[in-house]
Amino acid sequence: MPDTEPGTQAGAQPEFLAAESPRGTVIAAPIPGANVGTEADEMATPSRGQLRMVGRRFVRHKVAMCGAIIFLVLLLGSIIVPIFWPYSYSTITNTIASSPSLAHPFGTDLIGHDMLAQVMAGTLTSMEVALIVAAISTVIGTVVGALAGYYGGIIDQALMRLTDLVLVVPLIAILLVLSSKFSKQADSQLFIALLLALLFWTYLARLIRGTFLSLREREFIEAEHAIGASTWRIILRHMVPNAAGSIVVNATLTVAGAILIEASLSFLGLGIQPPQVDLGSLIAAGEGDATTLPWLFYFPAAFLVLAILVVNFIGDGLRDALDPTQRGR
Amino acid sequence: MAGYLIRRSLAGLATLLVASFLLFLLVAVSGNPLATLMANPHVSPATIAIARHQLGLDQPLLQRYWTWLTNMLQGNFGTSTTGQPVGPELWSRLGITLRMVIPATIIAAFIAVIVGVVTAVRQYSILDHTLTGFAYLFYSAPVFVIAILLKDFIATDINKAVGHTTLYTIGESTPGVTGAWPTFTNILGHTVLPVITLVLVTYAGWSRYQRASMLDVLNADYVRFARAKGLNPRRVLYVHALRNALIPVVTVVALDFATIIGGAIITEIAFGWNGMGQFLYQGLTGPVSPDTAVVQAWLMITATAVIVFNILADVLYAVLDPRIRLA
Repeated sequence: MPDTEPGTQAGAQPEFLAAESPRGTVIAAPIPGANVGTEADEMATPSRGQLRMVGRRFVRHKVAMCGAIIFLVLLLGSIIVPIFWPYSYSTITNTIASSPSLAHPFGTDLIGHDMLAQVMAGTLTSMEVALIVAAISTVIGTVVGALAGYYGGIIDQALMRLTDLVLVVPLIAILLVLSSKFSKQADSQLFIALLLALLFWTYLARLIRGTFLSLREREFIEAEHAIGASTWRIILRHMVPNAAGSIVVNATLTVAGAILIEASLSFLGLGIQPPQVDLGSLIAAGEGDATTLPWLFYFPAAFLVLAILVVNFIGDGLRDALDPTQRGR
Repeated sequence: MAGYLIRRSLAGLATLLVASFLLFLLVAVSGNPLATLMANPHVSPATIAIARHQLGLDQPLLQRYWTWLTNMLQGNFGTSTTGQPVGPELWSRLGITLRMVIPATIIAAFIAVIVGVVTAVRQYSILDHTLTGFAYLFYSAPVFVIAILLKDFIATDINKAVGHTTLYTIGESTPGVTGAWPTFTNILGHTVLPVITLVLVTYAGWSRYQRASMLDVLNADYVRFARAKGLNPRRVLYVHALRNALIPVVTVVALDFATIIGGAIITEIAFGWNGMGQFLYQGLTGPVSPDTAVVQAWLMITATAVIVFNILADVLYAVLDPRIRLA
């Protein structure tokens, strides 16, 4: 049973540290996964042994495994279903405002769009944006955090003040300001993804900085310095792998945060622009008729919440699996 | 302590100064307020030149920044594109937003503490799993989904059951209501749903902090010792454990200020409240947008509040936890 219970062994380590609330300034809060490395360098064959153990813990984490399976089903479904489904998200059928039926399992809207096709297209858009955001912001966050933590001093101060600046205004407000200009450009999807990525890296940067600050005092790093290893070699070969746990967990939680914020922007009309659809814009489109045609709201909303929920489950499962203080199982 | 406070405040001011420049730039590059005028073929270049001069756009960027900054320090937030001064409007809208944010924060913190303590004390019980499940659900549900669910499905059912409109779904109050009691119930009826929305999305994360913090304390040696010496279990729980477990949560509440404001923006738009969030949104999407003065003032006010709350969080932590020394 304890598999499904995160947060018990790590003490004051709350599970929810999703990117949506990147408050890295929590004082005295332990850095998640900061000591992931202790296990690695005590073991004879670090990479393989640890990976296997983490994998086993994750698979046994029932909630996380369910989350991973549902996430894959959502992702593959949103790619595969449109291939054989007779209607595309932009097809206008003759059936208007029909409730869910065999021909239109999710019903149709007031214009005659098939909601199944729309929800699938919307899910894919949201997931694509989120995955791009996670990939880019993880790279930025790791580089900034690594430089700040490795060099310390002036560079650390400068980079950390920079992350402070990003956190000084609610994320959604900055995004609204920027996207009111940029979302009108062609290919709003890519623009939104890049905008989010440029603002989502701060939390990871703080995390990595903390890990690196403690790592650089350790003997094995000192030994590397002594044998004349280059800075990049030390960072990439010795320090980043020790922070891999935090990076992976944070990247996952970033996916959840990005889906949420992107949908919020689109709901407010400043995210994904028509003719493209995403889950947020579908909910916005159906909102006015939600009381009379509830399926216009229920299906996109359910997919949106489900997508965010399962990614959070995966993130927490990974955190538990990577936590070396977990009782051995 | 005093020295720390002074240094933190100075650092905060420096951050704010840099932030003010970046935010000014952000708004300056994010759109041209004259775009609508310029797109209109009936507007002569002379009119556009006059409008540009009125908005100060014919001056160099740095000079505009300086003028804006010095005006703001004197309490002048400029005029919006409709010609109204931004300052008074901003303050009255702030009052409306606070009617939602303050109750929501207090209620959310209260629920989070209760849920956190219950789930920690009854760890792995069915209650713990149920409450954890709800916390995950609300943590993962976007603000606008909860808002639509409440106003279009739950509120309409309740209003039907009661027979008349008790829960309003649009606006922060009905104009023209007079008398103390009718005004109060009217405002209350408008406030309930937005506050519930904000509470649900906010308490979830905090309750997990509280649970983790409580578990941490319950496993601490001094709690074991208090139990071992035979103290009343309730006393151990509430006096020895809870008081210490509250410390991290108090600071998290202060630090999450920016997140709450972010949630309030969407809540206000979903419920048609004419508060701060709506002000920003209208400034960005209105007919003549962006309304530079409005957006810049909004961002500066929020940035100031966030920085103040950050310092407050650090100070609170030190005041509450004697183990922390601020030097």
